[in-house]
Parts: sequence; C-alpha cells; structure tokens
Amino acid sequence: MKAKDIGIAKPGSSKANKTGSWRIESRPKFLQKDCIACNMCLLICPEGCITGKEKNGYICDYAYCKGCGNCAVICPKDDIDMIREE
Amino acid sequence: MKQFIEGSQAVAQVVKLCRPGVISAYPITPQTHIVEGLAKIVANGELKAEFVNVESEHSAASLVLGSVASGVRSFTATSSQGFLLMIEVLFNIAGMRLPLVMTCANRAISAPLSIWNDQQDSMTARDSGWIQLYAENNQEAADLHIQAYRISEDKDISLPVMVCMDGFILTHGAEVVDLPDQSEVDKFLPPFKLENKLDVEDPKTLGAFADPSYYTEARYGIQVANSNALEIIPKVSDEFKKIFGRATGGLVEGYKLEDAEQVIVAMGSIVGTIKETVDELRAEGKKVGVLKIITYRPFPVDAIYEALKDVREVAVLEKAVSMGYAGPLYADLKSAISCKSKINKISGFVIGLGGRDITKDSIRQVYSLLSGEEVRCEFIGLDPSFEGNG
Ligand code: SF4
Ligand code: SF4
Repeated sequence: MKAKDIGIAKPGSSKANKTGSWRIESRPKFLQKDCIACNMCLLICPEGCITGKEKNGYICDYAYCKGCGNCAVICPKDDIDMIREE
Repeated sequence: MKQFIEGSQAVAQVVKLCRPGVISAYPITPQTHIVEGLAKIVANGELKAEFVNVESEHSAASLVLGSVASGVRSFTATSSQGFLLMIEVLFNIAGMRLPLVMTCANRAISAPLSIWNDQQDSMTARDSGWIQLYAENNQEAADLHIQAYRISEDKDISLPVMVCMDGFILTHGAEVVDLPDQSEVDKFLPPFKLENKLDVEDPKTLGAFADPSYYTEARYGIQVANSNALEIIPKVSDEFKKIFGRATGGLVEGYKLEDAEQVIVAMGSIVGTIKETVDELRAEGKKVGVLKIITYRPFPVDAIYEALKDVREVAVLEKAVSMGYAGPLYADLKSAISCKSKINKISGFVIGLGGRDITKDSIRQVYSLLSGEEVRCEFIGLDPSFEGNG
C-alpha cells in the first residue's frame, strides 16, 4: 500500500474489524420472552450487529458486539439483559 | 498578452486559464476581488465551471475538498480570519493528499482587528502539509498559480498548494502583467486525473480512520511528498520558462549574491523594496545581496545553504512572529544553516505588521542594525514610547 492511500477504505472494511474483542465485562443476552419486535435495539446498535424481524427473534453477532449496552437500555420491554462476560 | 491590470484580476484570469471545474469561496478583504472576478468570468460563460456560494470559509474549503475528491480541478481563496476558519479543513485536504490550489491574500490576524497586510495568516498553516509559495509581484503571483496546479497534481507530490500574495500591496495594486494564452496553459497543464476519486461506480471512503499501526506512515508520506516537491518545483519552473519564456517560480531567487558579504532574506512583496534599497547600498560600495524565498514549504534547506554559504552576515526580515520566540522564517533558516557555513551572524527582524509601511529607510535601518550585535526578534519601526512595555 502507498502512504497516500492510507485512509482510503472500500465498502465493507468494517467487517475486517472484529470489535467483539473490545468486550471486557458484560455482554447482552437477548431473553426472547417479551420482545414486541419494535426494532429499537437493531437501530441503536453502533456496530449494526443485531438482526431480527419477528417477535422474540432478535439476536446479535458476538464477533462484533462490543458490549456497550445500548440495546439493553433502549429495549422498552426489558427483554435484553447485560450479563457478566465469562 | 501584456496588460495593465490589478493583481486580483490577473489571478482571476490565470485561474480561468487553468480550467477549474469548481470554484467556491466566501468573500473577505483583501481576497474579494479575486473571487468576484472569477464569479463574473463564470457568469459570463467564459469558463465552464460551478461557482458555489457558501456561508463560510469552513464550507468553502469543505466544498472544494469534496469537488477535488470527486476528481474535479478546483480553486478557492481566502485571507486572515477566513483562513483561520478554514484551517481544520486545510489539514484534512493535505492529509487526504488532494491536489488543490488556493490563494491566500495575506492579511493580519485579529485582535486587534486589522484588514491590512502581513503574513501571520498563512504562517499558521505552515505545519499543515500544504506547499506554500510566496509572490513578490503580480507577474509572479499569476505565474505561480499556473505552476501551483502542475506541482500539486504531480503524482509524486499529490498535495495542495497555497499561493501567498500580500494583501492590498499585490491584490489591489495594478501592474503590467503578461497574461498567457489558453493554448500555452493547455500545453503546460494537462487535464486533471485523480487516481483514487469518489465514484459511485467504485464506492470508497477517503480520509477514513487510521489506527496506530497506519497513522505514522500516512504522516510520513506527506513528509516524503514534500521532499519530492523540492526536486520537482525547480523542474516545473524550468518547463514553465520553456513554454512561457519567463523564469518564475522555483525554490529561491538570489539578487546580487555573487560577492555579497551581507544578505537580506525575505519573502513576498517586501523583496521589491529590499532590491531597490540594495541597489542604492551597492552604489555606495556596500557588498549586500538579497535572497528571496519563493517556496517556504517544503523549506528549501539545500538551496538556501548553497546561496548563503560564503556570506558573513544574514538578516531575516518577516511579517509574522511565532509569539514567544521569533519570526518563523528566521527560526527555520537559523536551524537549517547556522552550524554549517561561514556565517557568523543571523539576525531576525519583524517588520510591516498589520499594514505598517515598509520604506527604503526601514530597510536601511535593518542594514545598519545588522552590523551590531546578533538579534533574534527585533521589531522594526516600533514607537519608542512602547519599548519594553507589555
Ligand atoms: S451491546 Fe452494544 S454492540 Fe452489543 S449488541 Fe447491544 S448495542 Fe450492539
Ligand atoms: S428493543 Fe427489545 S422489544 Fe424491541 S426489538 Fe429489540 S429486543 Fe425486541
């Protein structure tokens, strides 16, 4: 790579950056009990790593989830718990 | 064709000949006439370009950053407070290695408010990665803009270039300027092609995050490009001479240096006044010469050393201060050459701040002070009742 090309990124480059390694203390647990499929967790996730469509069908990809806890805070049904990282 | 023309209009005319596709600027004295001229040229259909009016200099710089990033040759211009408002974007343009040309119509910085000339504004960007060229007169200002596009777009440089011309003294002064033909400029300046441009067919992000394993290399790249520019700028000047028949540009210009024992170093329009004073001093038998710095960034260390190596005393005159130390040109020059040569004295003088007139008498005063003790940051023309008075 040339020095002048540093900082030029092709689409999808964030896929190479596995931010799951940033988690230190806690990870979200999607309880999938009271979920109403409001989609809020999916929209707020800074890593865009939550997927789901149906009620009680939302889940995240732990390879990218950095454990920020935003999804747990925004969930109107308290259906996401932050649990201790093993 | 030779014309009696205002400096700003001469610049507008040559920028037109360089065929930018996008021009964006926010008016500020003393830059205004340049972009007014270009706005008229675009409105009259003499140049096929987008002239984009914006709400601030920050936006003007951001806009041309974007237009260059999409592969379109662009132009902007500013002064003083507008320059400071641009500065965040100026660092980005250099960091993203985007070839762009802008004019800095040099003006003092507030406070206190002053619309008049000095060079404190462009000096604040000397560490940005931009190449900085300083013009002595309007012919040089015009020619440097054409050369600036060539330098900026050179594949081994790929950096923005700033042409600095003293506000009012050059921007509003009328002189005879030889304006080139379109065909000559076309011969000298091929169409602009950016290797890595923003393109919907091949999407990419420019200026993205670089973690600690890359950032140093990106900054190192700017430093290397600056060294490359030291080689390329003189070649561009030579080629310019072949096509236009005039020697302008380059790194430095010596005046009556051959047998000189004392040399005055300066940049910008002040050099004209110094040359005239040196002519008079020469007639009185004094062995004085002048070294004009045209390219200030990259700093032409070798060319300066070559010009000054046999000289005994050097005076650096400048219109800016790095507050708390000295003039920036003085500091750079001193660190570059002091231990290597026969020079036994390098004195620094600050002159002409905020539009204070620089007369031949002020230059003579500098000359006589040069025989005294070495000084680092002597203010010339200071009202004596303020001496030692903070
Ligand atoms: S904890 Fe943060 S990163 Fe992980 S899924 Fe929730 S919002 Fe996304
Ligand atoms: S925020 Fe809670 S309720 Fe809404 S979709 Fe996500 S898990 Fe389901």
